Amino acid sequence: MASSFTRLISKRNTAVLLAGLGAGTAGFLLSENSSLAAEAKKKLYPPSSDYPDLRKHNNCMASALTPAIYAKLRDKVTPNNWTLDQCIQTGVDNPGHPFIKTVGCVAGDEESYEVFAELFDLIIKDRHNGYDPRVMKHPTDLDASKITHGMFDENYVLSSRVRTGRSIRGLSLPPACSRAERREVERVVVTALAGLKGDLAGHYYSLGDMTEKEQQQLIDDHFLFDKPVSPLLTCAFMARDWPDARGIWHNNDKTFLIWVNEEDHTRVISMEKGGNMKRVFERFCNGLKQVEHLIQERGWEFMWNERLGYVLTCPSNLGTGLRAGVHVRLPKLSKDPRFSKILDNLRLQKRGTGGVDTAATGDTFDISNLDRLGKSEVELVQLLVDGVNYLIECEKRLEKGQEIKIPSPIVQFRK
Amino acid sequence: MPFGNTHNNFKLNYKVEEEFPDLSKHNNHMAKVLTKDIYGKLRDKQTPSGYTLDDVIQTGVDNPGHPFIMTVGCVAGDEESYEVFKDLLDPVISDRHGGYKPTDKHKTDLNHENLKGGDDLDPNYVLSSRVRTGRSIKGFTLPPHNSRGERRIIERLSIEALNSLDGEFKGKYYPLKTMTDAEQEQLIADHFLFDKPVSPLLTCAGMARDWPDGRGIWHNENKTFLVWVNEEDHLRVISMQKGGNMREVFRRFCVGLQKIEAIFKKHDHGFMWNEHLGYILTCPSNLGTGLRGGVHVKLAKLSTHAKFEEILTRLRLQKRGTGGVDTASVGGVFDISNADRLGSSEVEQVQLVVDGVKLMVEMEKKLEKGESIDSMIPAQK
Repeated sequence: MASSFTRLISKRNTAVLLAGLGAGTAGFLLSENSSLAAEAKKKLYPPSSDYPDLRKHNNCMASALTPAIYAKLRDKVTPNNWTLDQCIQTGVDNPGHPFIKTVGCVAGDEESYEVFAELFDLIIKDRHNGYDPRVMKHPTDLDASKITHGMFDENYVLSSRVRTGRSIRGLSLPPACSRAERREVERVVVTALAGLKGDLAGHYYSLGDMTEKEQQQLIDDHFLFDKPVSPLLTCAFMARDWPDARGIWHNNDKTFLIWVNEEDHTRVISMEKGGNMKRVFERFCNGLKQVEHLIQERGWEFMWNERLGYVLTCPSNLGTGLRAGVHVRLPKLSKDPRFSKILDNLRLQKRGTGGVDTAATGDTFDISNLDRLGKSEVELVQLLVDGVNYLIECEKRLEKGQEIKIPSPIVQFRK
Repeated sequence: MPFGNTHNNFKLNYKVEEEFPDLSKHNNHMAKVLTKDIYGKLRDKQTPSGYTLDDVIQTGVDNPGHPFIMTVGCVAGDEESYEVFKDLLDPVISDRHGGYKPTDKHKTDLNHENLKGGDDLDPNYVLSSRVRTGRSIKGFTLPPHNSRGERRIIERLSIEALNSLDGEFKGKYYPLKTMTDAEQEQLIADHFLFDKPVSPLLTCAGMARDWPDGRGIWHNENKTFLVWVNEEDHLRVISMQKGGNMREVFRRFCVGLQKIEAIFKKHDHGFMWNEHLGYILTCPSNLGTGLRGGVHVKLAKLSTHAKFEEILTRLRLQKRGTGGVDTASVGGVFDISNADRLGSSEVEQVQLVVDGVKLMVEMEKKLEKGESIDSMIPAQK
């Protein structure tokens, strides 16, 4: 019930207002709850004594965090009393990743992006191709009917998938949430999902309570998520209290799946075998809209604002939070030296078929959109569709011994 | 996290039942002791540095149980944790330390001359001898909680103190951050190097934060006296050598420790100690002496004897694999050490090891000759 949280929500609304006002608004320096000893300690330990050693680091946070910014933000807290040190801990503990430049910073709550805007805005610009949250607006478009050519050649595309995340406004994010908050997220989401009908009707499996049989089935379906082992996540406090209030919901058709309280409040996934990306995206949009409607009926809403789009734990997922991708066989193209450049210009990314931290096996790749913020869901899915169709074209041409071309790079939104 | 945890006050908007952890599948000391009542009583408290109950118990919530040993499941963030959260920690301490009461007093005895014998353990069986303890520096918070600034000062103070040692204790500090590959390989070959903690018991308690900032290893030129800085405790002090001369190991241990303590005291940073809990360390299991004195000893036959476990229990000893706390034995060689930490002194604990290991080696020899050891089974110490 939302009633027990109305007092909280009204307090949070001021923060939400701040979000609407934009970056640069002063953060809170809540000292009424700090003990005198803690205050004295702050003076004893100036920010310079605490500034992390980032000389061997290669992540977005390390590139952006100067001693001056650290000094300015160290003693600020969000209304939820979350600090800068807590945001950056994961980036301090994990200097760099061999496959990708990591972000190195997480939000503990919606207000982190405002209170620590001086750092987050730089990271957002770095990660999202120069997107400037101070002056730009992010478009949201979940009208799947706009997608064209969204049916792939199934001789090449083995499966299609779209995922995003959604956060429940008024509750802290996974790095910061208390057990009670996490349980509230679970209650809100599971109650809403129980209202889905037709091809979206489904069932929730709590990680803590599932039977061995249920667990095995979820593993076989490739649905089960495990306790995070990646230090990128564990150092950001996201595995606390595992498996309390974590679970998986999926529809009976096994084409619409929601992870509860993993790296975000919710991860929403639409997937199917084969190449019908249009249908996957239709179900995605339809399901998301219905879930949103169901939580709004009970007085909740998703975290969203027009500067940052959908607000999620990791700055890399701001905007749409959308990763649309396929598992596609590209035996010839993947061996062509131009493969990487083609992907780059199409704004696509390759991963192994095990997901973000894996390498490809054989000739099958996970190909997905690189961008998340600054373009709408429809735009990104269309880019993915056009891109994958182009890759398949190249593969077919190489099969016939014909020439292929590197496409011109897709225009960014840079001013 | 340092500098006050006002995040905790936000949680007080929720009822106890809503925040209370699910410990139904847990088997550690914290889970056995923590009730909703105790949680309700303590959850709005913080130590002066801002350490809270949820901070204390997080590692125990995240780690339901360990296959080899009953874990403690809670840690201290600072000296005051043991006071502020005594309603939880006193029963945990009592469970872990044989019924030790809140009113009991702990005695400290680091006079190595009070040890009897210990220089004649048979080196054909006793391969190496070692004594370790930990020390915390007063005025700083502990590894689960300290900031980078605090950790760096602890490192600096430690280096100053250790660099002023001379004679058999003259040595060098190797910071983990700037160690060369050659130095690293040598330290690994010497079995000195400690690695970034991978055990979730430690990582979930926040002890691996900012690794390797502020961490390092100091050892003397003879490689018989070694200090770890900022691993699980501010300092871990280790005296060791090959063979069975535990008496010499203990002598060096006591002398070295006292020299180090004198230097820290001179700079107004004595060690955390009180007459109830002895030396204050991060994990409640290491309170008191924080001392683990042990040997690597060949007990191929005795270890398969039906009464092996009982003999160990009666001798107040504990077995581990030769890789340390989380490992199993290899080739009949065991790490045998004192089980107790709190309620008896350093001398008493090392005496138990010396006497107990001597007895077990005699038993092993008897069993090798095919003789019975029934008449040698000791009474409960």
